[in-house]
Amino acid sequence: MHDISEEIPKHRTANPFASKGGAQKRKDVFTATALRLATYFILLCAGYIFVDIIIKGAPVVFKASPPFVNIDFLTKSPETLMTFETSDGAEHKLDFSDYSQFKRDFPDLKIVEEHSHAFSGGGILGPLVGTALLTGICIIVALFVGLTTAIYLNEYSSKGRFMDLIRLAIMNLAGVPSVVFGLFGLGLFCLVAPVITDAPMESALFTVPILFTKSYISFQGWGTCMLAGGFTLAVMVLPVIIAACEESLKAIPMGFREASLALGATKWQTIAKSVLPYAFPGMLTASVLGITRVAGETAPIMFTAALSHKDKLPWQDVNGVGGFLSQSVQAMPYHIYTVAARIPQSEYTRPMQYGSVFVFLVVVMLFAALSVFLRIHYRKKIKW
Amino acid sequence: MKTSMSEQEKQEEVLTPETKTANQPVTRENTHDLVIDVDNVSFGYVPGKDVLRDITMNINRGEVTAFIGPSGCGKSTLLRCFNRMNDLIPTAGISKGEIRILGTDIHAPEVDVIELRKHVGMVFQKYNPFPKSIYENVAFGLRIQGINGKQALDQAVEESLRYAGLWEEVKDRLNASGLGLSGGQQQRLCIARAIAVRPKIVLMDEPCSALDPISTAIIEELITKLRSEFTIVIVTHNMQQAARVSDRTAFFYLGNLIEMDRTTTMFSNPSKKQTEDYISGRFG
Repeated sequence: MHDISEEIPKHRTANPFASKGGAQKRKDVFTATALRLATYFILLCAGYIFVDIIIKGAPVVFKASPPFVNIDFLTKSPETLMTFETSDGAEHKLDFSDYSQFKRDFPDLKIVEEHSHAFSGGGILGPLVGTALLTGICIIVALFVGLTTAIYLNEYSSKGRFMDLIRLAIMNLAGVPSVVFGLFGLGLFCLVAPVITDAPMESALFTVPILFTKSYISFQGWGTCMLAGGFTLAVMVLPVIIAACEESLKAIPMGFREASLALGATKWQTIAKSVLPYAFPGMLTASVLGITRVAGETAPIMFTAALSHKDKLPWQDVNGVGGFLSQSVQAMPYHIYTVAARIPQSEYTRPMQYGSVFVFLVVVMLFAALSVFLRIHYRKKIKW
Repeated sequence: MKTSMSEQEKQEEVLTPETKTANQPVTRENTHDLVIDVDNVSFGYVPGKDVLRDITMNINRGEVTAFIGPSGCGKSTLLRCFNRMNDLIPTAGISKGEIRILGTDIHAPEVDVIELRKHVGMVFQKYNPFPKSIYENVAFGLRIQGINGKQALDQAVEESLRYAGLWEEVKDRLNASGLGLSGGQQQRLCIARAIAVRPKIVLMDEPCSALDPISTAIIEELITKLRSEFTIVIVTHNMQQAARVSDRTAFFYLGNLIEMDRTTTMFSNPSKKQTEDYISGRFG
């Protein structure tokens, strides 16, 4: 038998693999460190944003005693906050509506030292509802246009100069600044888009009478309203959605299409039965992410849809579906912009600012989580 | 072709009875019915660059016809001409000649390619069941034709799966995903799916190239069985396979049809040097 242990030297010789150091070695370590630090920088930014907002925002929304949630903040619309001292020396902090009630209830109390803080009272129900509506319109319009475009581009169109031009246009659309989208939305949807009316406005670009009725198609625009805002957001998110939908369509194996066509299916039957069902989950998840991104945009809606203050909720005192869609709404991004930059700052505005941002962040992250969840769920379900 | 036909008849006379039964179609009287008639066809994926040149051949009813030849010789391309799958490539097209299937020029303006494909089924190289249940995979072709009655579908699904020799293996899990089957089973599922719409012709594009020998043997057995009902054209790289399953074989080389004859003749006594070289493994 050959004994291996005999071949291993009894005494330890100098390590032949010892580091020789040198410039190359130092450069290697330096590069690795620099790359690592740059990556950690992201973590720092994200951490700072989330921790700061959670620390300062969470106490506005949650509280220590049951029901643990500040219900007023989520169910009231923004109001002016009144702080005042009464003649009996007590200090009060009341929303404006409660303040009026207070004055009626205690007419004898003399109020001294009265301060009003705009947008610092009430809650954020109005902006939340408005953003939900804008996003809803955006989803419907963007998915419809985006999906149809992607299907056409990927399944029907032949390659050529014209298609290249269209793709270039879509890519360029993604690079347009959001404020330009806002102005575009104002120009197209608010001022020019067609409406059907019996009495066209003087300012209409032009009007077309509808035969055999008294009505006209009047290109007078929809005015500043949630419909215009939703459409503007939709146009803005379109490039993302088209790209996402096209990627999902491309991921479907050619074999599914061939098998379906070879069985005598028409092109549309093939798309509807053998392509879309499998592409849909991917389209949906990517689209949800894109839409949550634009749901937080301020510039596109500030010209087209958003109001900083509105007493009524969108469904109060409206006249039909048309009236519902053609009203302006409050919206979270615009509300945050207002409370952060357009009102006098005091310690009383802080809770509103951080609370709003916190709630908005949570909502957006929930949607992002939903999209990830959907993706995982469907990946498990559909495999090939 | 005319001369080879007479040679082929002579050849048949000297066949031993054993090989005769192995290679003869079940419906003897229909043997000479033309099902596919390729008349001097040239085809290119790009205009001006033909990859198939002057192909003339007949494919008979109830026979298994094998296309053999080295990669890139155009055998799959010709197969995909028969159900016009090449239409998917915008620039591709026949530059010359005519393909008649069941007597009709398949490029005639009054031919609806959808209807053509209902008569000319296809099984692909890479088995491609839909990510649906086994049942829905087989029923797919019927559903798109508007057949949705449960009884009709149940019957067609069972029949097709029995044909494909898959029924016993899957009858208890028809609602399980088709993707849960083994590779060979998936390919048989694809065959069941193709024959569920009762095509006259089944085109098979290297149906066994992604399968192990045992699955291949099962599919070959299945092809021999299907011959009684369907006219089958099979593209294969495997010459033994062609010899085992086909009645007639066509040898392609560089876009030309070199020789087409009865398989037994072709493998025992090829008339062209190139065919002999390829079959004996000298190139390809």
